[in-house]
Amino acid sequence: MRRITVGDGLTLVAVLGGAVLIAALNLATPPDGALHVPSFVLPLAGKYLCYAMLALAVDLVWGFAGILSLGHAAFFALGGYAIGMYLMREIGTRGVYGNAMLPDFMVFLNWTRLPWYWHGFDMFWFAFLMVLLVPGALALVFGYLAFRSRVSGVYLSIITQALTYALLLAFFRNDMGFGGNNGMTDFKDILGLPLHADATRAGLLVLTAAFLSAQLLLARALVRSRFGKVLVAVRDAESRVRFLGYRPESYKLVVWVISAVMAAIGGALYVPQVGIINPSEFSPANSIEAVIWVAVGGRGTLIGAILGAVLVNLGKTYFTGALPELWLYALGGLFVVVTLLLPNGVLGVLRRRGTGDGVVPKPLPVGEQPT
Amino acid sequence: MAPFVARVLLLLALLYPAAARAQADDPYAAFATHDYEAMRAAIETLSISGDARAPAILSALQAGQLRVGEDGTLYLRAADGSLREALSGAAAAGVDAAALKEVRMNNAVRRALDGALGGLRLFAADPATRAAAAEAVFKGRDQAALPALDRAFAKETDAGVKSVMAQAHAALILAGGTAGESDKLAAIAVLRARGDLEASSLLASLAGQPAAVTSAARDALTAIQRQRQLWDIAQSVFYGLSLGSVLLLAAAGLAITFGVMGVINMAHGEMVMLGAYTTFVVQEAMRAYAPGLLGASLFVAVPAAFLVAGAVGIAIERGLIRFLYGRPLETLLATWGLSLILQQGVRSIFGPSNRDVSTPAWMSGAFPLGGLTITANRLTIIVFAALVFAVLMLALRRTALGLRMRAVTQNRFMAAAMGIRTPWIDALTFGLGSGVAGIAGVALSQIDNVSPNLGQSYIIDSFMVVVFGGVGNLWGTALGALTLGIVNKFLEPVAGAVLGKIAVLVLLIVFIQRRPRGMFPLKGRAVEA
Repeated sequence: MRRITVGDGLTLVAVLGGAVLIAALNLATPPDGALHVPSFVLPLAGKYLCYAMLALAVDLVWGFAGILSLGHAAFFALGGYAIGMYLMREIGTRGVYGNAMLPDFMVFLNWTRLPWYWHGFDMFWFAFLMVLLVPGALALVFGYLAFRSRVSGVYLSIITQALTYALLLAFFRNDMGFGGNNGMTDFKDILGLPLHADATRAGLLVLTAAFLSAQLLLARALVRSRFGKVLVAVRDAESRVRFLGYRPESYKLVVWVISAVMAAIGGALYVPQVGIINPSEFSPANSIEAVIWVAVGGRGTLIGAILGAVLVNLGKTYFTGALPELWLYALGGLFVVVTLLLPNGVLGVLRRRGTGDGVVPKPLPVGEQPT
Repeated sequence: MAPFVARVLLLLALLYPAAARAQADDPYAAFATHDYEAMRAAIETLSISGDARAPAILSALQAGQLRVGEDGTLYLRAADGSLREALSGAAAAGVDAAALKEVRMNNAVRRALDGALGGLRLFAADPATRAAAAEAVFKGRDQAALPALDRAFAKETDAGVKSVMAQAHAALILAGGTAGESDKLAAIAVLRARGDLEASSLLASLAGQPAAVTSAARDALTAIQRQRQLWDIAQSVFYGLSLGSVLLLAAAGLAITFGVMGVINMAHGEMVMLGAYTTFVVQEAMRAYAPGLLGASLFVAVPAAFLVAGAVGIAIERGLIRFLYGRPLETLLATWGLSLILQQGVRSIFGPSNRDVSTPAWMSGAFPLGGLTITANRLTIIVFAALVFAVLMLALRRTALGLRMRAVTQNRFMAAAMGIRTPWIDALTFGLGSGVAGIAGVALSQIDNVSPNLGQSYIIDSFMVVVFGGVGNLWGTALGALTLGIVNKFLEPVAGAVLGKIAVLVLLIVFIQRRPRGMFPLKGRAVEA
């Protein structure tokens, strides 16, 4: 196995170094100092890194296995809900109604007992296990059914979208016991540490950066391995791989579940930092936006996904603050321009002169598209 | 004291025969007396007399427009103050209106009058009034109406009104205690044939009847309930058909762009939205320049929406999609971006709030059909969807353009070799699909909110319909849309609207995994190309 490449090294340094630098500049400098980073930057930067995890997960399946998921935000949101349930239980008697057992919204709905699926979420380890297991199990069942019956290409994209849409509708219902359309918010602390304290937020930011770096290394190891080579082969010529004696559906299923869990971890780190989780996280538009982050950065490069997620969301923060009407034009235009002019994303432009191995295959000539 | 009483009694004794005589010959004479008992009796006599003058005179009495002169002649006072002689109908010339007195009533008379007027309406000239009066008797179950009802029934010529009268008769027979057993059994049979909620509640309320009547009523009740369940199913099918037609309208355009051309157009929903906004603009323009034609605005909006959405579609194909043929996933992303731009564009122009599109009068209201309630707008949409679909099929199967479209989709190079200008055909096909989406927008503007997000709510459903029906197969799309609509409407009462929709989505996901290419997959080499 090769050593860490220049691009990965730079990304790791930027992610980890950037997070530590922001945390340090916020905590260690006086509030009126020239180098001080204001507190709102901490969760903002953390949010970008969580999105980057989602983008990384999408790139792993889209860039290397050719599975365009338009429902990956569902796994992200499920991870977020799992940790949100833990944070709700952590509130305890400090809620508006002061009920030690029931979250506020259940008291509000006149529920008297905690639903069975809420038990155990008062323990962090259990909640964290659920962050991995619930989205993982959903991805396993969904992926098993889909890949076994050889649903692929556009059809798969559409049913992943239906999946997240169905979840969106389900989580909007109050009867589900996940807070209905208000979702969960008003969290107080995590593992006994107050969530609103700068130190906790700085810690979460650095933790997020560490998880992101670990995911990048894991994904890189995965795609460089023999397993990864088969994946790329499946992406480029699935039938040929099958005729060579491999089982493409197994390879796809494994990478699909790993990717779902990666997205779920992103969601789990996202919720404590932004302080809210509600059903709109399931909306199909979110999943499609994650795909454009990958496309902007450069599909099939892993680091491009991280770059794209951070760049697009920086732009989003700027536009929605300064020119809110123009944001959708900008985002829409980005989709169009990137797909038309930059099929390999920003990284593709940067690499064009040098080593220049475009990972994405050339498009099929006109007339050979599937009918 | 005693002499005074005796004198009054004597006077009454002298007067009575005169009053009684007057009433016997001519019930109208009673209105000239102040004897309320005689008036009540006269009203009852009139109500079953069938006298042609009775309705007008009794109505006038109720409205306080019946006048009586010194000589006992009755006059009708019209709204403009003119007087007519009530019995002859001749204009009352030279009568001093100030000298006439209004005929007064007490409560007993008023009650009798109300009942009598109800009975008289059974003889009205307008069949609808007669049917409504019989229906009122059915619901009121006033035994006093029975004689009038029977005579009305005997005179009735309109079959529909006659059956309502028979039902009212049956209700009275059953509700009253006097009729014989065979009459009651016949009455139960009539109610069983009527078979609605009123009939079943009447049957359920029967008590203290002979055993044969009770058991017949019970049988009739179960029969009615079974029939009502059937009607309920039929009603659900109707609702399902109307929802299915909406889905078909939304998906028909997609069936062309996605199904026939293989282009994933995520901006399809925005074509629908453009169609809805075109309707809004057309209506506003007509309101400003031709308010008289507003009722026909939809007939202008349909071609306008087709042209607007079709033109935008052609622009999209020429400007964007043609560079992305063969890259379905990239097409998906680019058109998604385009949909964001279109949404925001419409939001910038028309504002983010819902726009008010009016519904023409002929599309509102409802009418009963057997046990069904058919709302006009749902029916219109079903008919409209069928029309659009038929025209689309004809366009693809029977026109030169349709032939070229099919040739290009089946074998682009061969078609090009035969001299077909494939880029043009691509653009026109895409324009056709988009235009149909615009037409769908006109229909949706009548039942949904016209807002920039209108299209978003239909895009996933539309894709589901096309994929479910089998890509590239218009018949499959139609069947898929109707099936989904009906399944949705049957799941709704069981599971609730939201859970029903979720169930449909989950069923679809499972279905696509069983049959990845839909209900009616294309067969042959084209599939694997």
